[in-house]
Amino acid sequence: MTATIAPVVKAPKRAGDRIFSGAALAGGLVILLALAAVAVFLVAESLPAFGAKATDIPGTAGQFPTFWAYVAPLAFGTVWAAVLALVFAIPFSIAIALFISHYAPRRIARGLGAIIDLLAAIPSVVYGAWGIFVFGPFVRPFWEFLAETFPWFPLFSGPVDPNARSILTVALVLAVMVIPIITALSREIFLQTPRLNEEAALALGATRWEMIRMTVLPFGRAGIVSASMLGLGRALGETLAVAMVLSPNVIISFFLLRSQNPTTVAANIALQFPEAFGTSVNVLMATGLVLFVITFAVNAASRAVIGRRAAGKGI
Amino acid sequence: MATTTAIPAGIRAGQLPRNAPVGLLILSLVVTGALFLVFLLAGMTAAYNVTGAIFFGLVLWVVVTYVTSFLVEGSRRAKDRLVTTLVCTAFGIALLPLISLIVTVLTRGLARFDVAYFSESMRNVTGPGGGAIHAVVGTLEITLAAAVISVPVGLLSAIYLVEYGRGPIARGITFLVDVMTGIPSIVAGLFAFALFALITGNAGYRAGFGGSVALSLLMIPIVVRSSEEMLKLVPMELREASYALGVPKWLTVLKVVLPTALAGIVTGVMLAIARVVGETAPLLLVAGFTDSMNYNLFDQRMMSLPVYVYTQLTQPGTDVQDFFDRAWAGALTLILIVLILNVIARVVARFFAPKIASR
Repeated sequence: MTATIAPVVKAPKRAGDRIFSGAALAGGLVILLALAAVAVFLVAESLPAFGAKATDIPGTAGQFPTFWAYVAPLAFGTVWAAVLALVFAIPFSIAIALFISHYAPRRIARGLGAIIDLLAAIPSVVYGAWGIFVFGPFVRPFWEFLAETFPWFPLFSGPVDPNARSILTVALVLAVMVIPIITALSREIFLQTPRLNEEAALALGATRWEMIRMTVLPFGRAGIVSASMLGLGRALGETLAVAMVLSPNVIISFFLLRSQNPTTVAANIALQFPEAFGTSVNVLMATGLVLFVITFAVNAASRAVIGRRAAGKGI
Repeated sequence: MATTTAIPAGIRAGQLPRNAPVGLLILSLVVTGALFLVFLLAGMTAAYNVTGAIFFGLVLWVVVTYVTSFLVEGSRRAKDRLVTTLVCTAFGIALLPLISLIVTVLTRGLARFDVAYFSESMRNVTGPGGGAIHAVVGTLEITLAAAVISVPVGLLSAIYLVEYGRGPIARGITFLVDVMTGIPSIVAGLFAFALFALITGNAGYRAGFGGSVALSLLMIPIVVRSSEEMLKLVPMELREASYALGVPKWLTVLKVVLPTALAGIVTGVMLAIARVVGETAPLLLVAGFTDSMNYNLFDQRMMSLPVYVYTQLTQPGTDVQDFFDRAWAGALTLILIVLILNVIARVVARFFAPKIASR
């Protein structure tokens, strides 16, 4: 038994094998190179911005003394709009995902999922146009109602923007764009709930909602968190819908309905870039770098949550 | 006869009838509909408030269902019904923007969806007339170039990850593909601009090819992810059968694995193209905008359909309506392109998929 171990037979290395595996590896390395290039070029083009003078800041009358004073309101607006969007999007997405995975008749559930996915396929510029011409006029009476009824509530204090191009409108448009992403991921997670757990709950006499609360939601919690993070990443980077619908200012403001709204990094770049020149371009590049860092952090956090769940600690 | 009627009555005692939710929904909508009709006749609202009637009808439905169920069935079942009504309402509300979008784009876009629109550019057009042929050509060229860059890179990386990749390089590539998925489209545009501005030394660089590079940065991760999934679905037995016949690995991948996964890969590529064809922000930065036809991908500004919609809306001339009509026609074209790509993708997936026994 122990004396005769057959020598390991190695297949001869053929030229075709070497070339093919080399090509496949090269494809992978191109991705490595591309990302390294993104980082290097963005940083290289951003460096001049950190010494920018007040007159180099694009689209302002020189009221921002340094680059950091300029980027702080932009970063605030980006996060604020995205968080508001998620406040609306997350409950809806969970409800829709539950509807498709556990409430709708199984025969039509796939079709309903495809319809929701259709929302993700619509280009953002079309959302922007729809936001200006249809959604804005539609929500304006509601915003005026809010401002008149709850004037004591600081977030709703007026005057309401006459075209409803305020951050609350933008957040709702963003929510519509983010819902299909969160829904698609949550749906997949909900469908993976162990069948036996669900049936055990039902056999113990639980109603459908109690079954969902006891088995589906605890199982899917980590999935919901990471799906929401991915949605947050999308909302942070969304450009055109914000640029078209919002009436922008570079300020920090929590008012939801007014005409002076904090704009986002991406929308600001889209609006200022076509006319920018000289150091202004570098300043915009640097704000883009800040956006990249924010989205990277959010995506890394979401991946950490998924990873924990894969390791079996998240449940 | 007596038993067949007695048993259902016994089982369903203390419960609402099976069609109670639907009945209550119709009842609530009729009540609020009538209420808003009274408001209209009393002169309190100028026009019939359809949105209000439906909205308050749904609210009434949720409340009435909960209360009836609470009285008849008890608190646990009432809560169950409350969640059911809420979940159904949420799905219905989510459909409203989609319906509204499609109706808006169809009604406003059809006004200029004609032959002239697809045969003329905007050169020297300041009022009515004109078209988007330059934008359609630009979108086709930029997207095709992006696909030509991303498909080989994405497919080769997927093959590497599934067939060869072990150890730190494969882990690194997987991680970076994840990072790439999260790159905001405007950052991709900034990168392409920075790259070409540094290479050409032209601080005002604008060309279609820059847009292609930016789009391929967004497209590669989608292609890698979908191709990877499809290659992983190919059964190991097929590869082993091929190896057992003495076929080298590269021929196995090329002649056995890839043909088996081809339908899925094509579907993934189609969906990736559909995803980037509507990207506006990077093209706005790198490809710029123009009113004239430009067939050359590597020189001068190049219009694309999403940027066309954007500029027609945001920079209208004196007669605003002409510009808006063209913009909506552009939006309709764009949605049609995306839909057709999606349909092709699903047809390919349905009819050309190999018959694999279910896992």
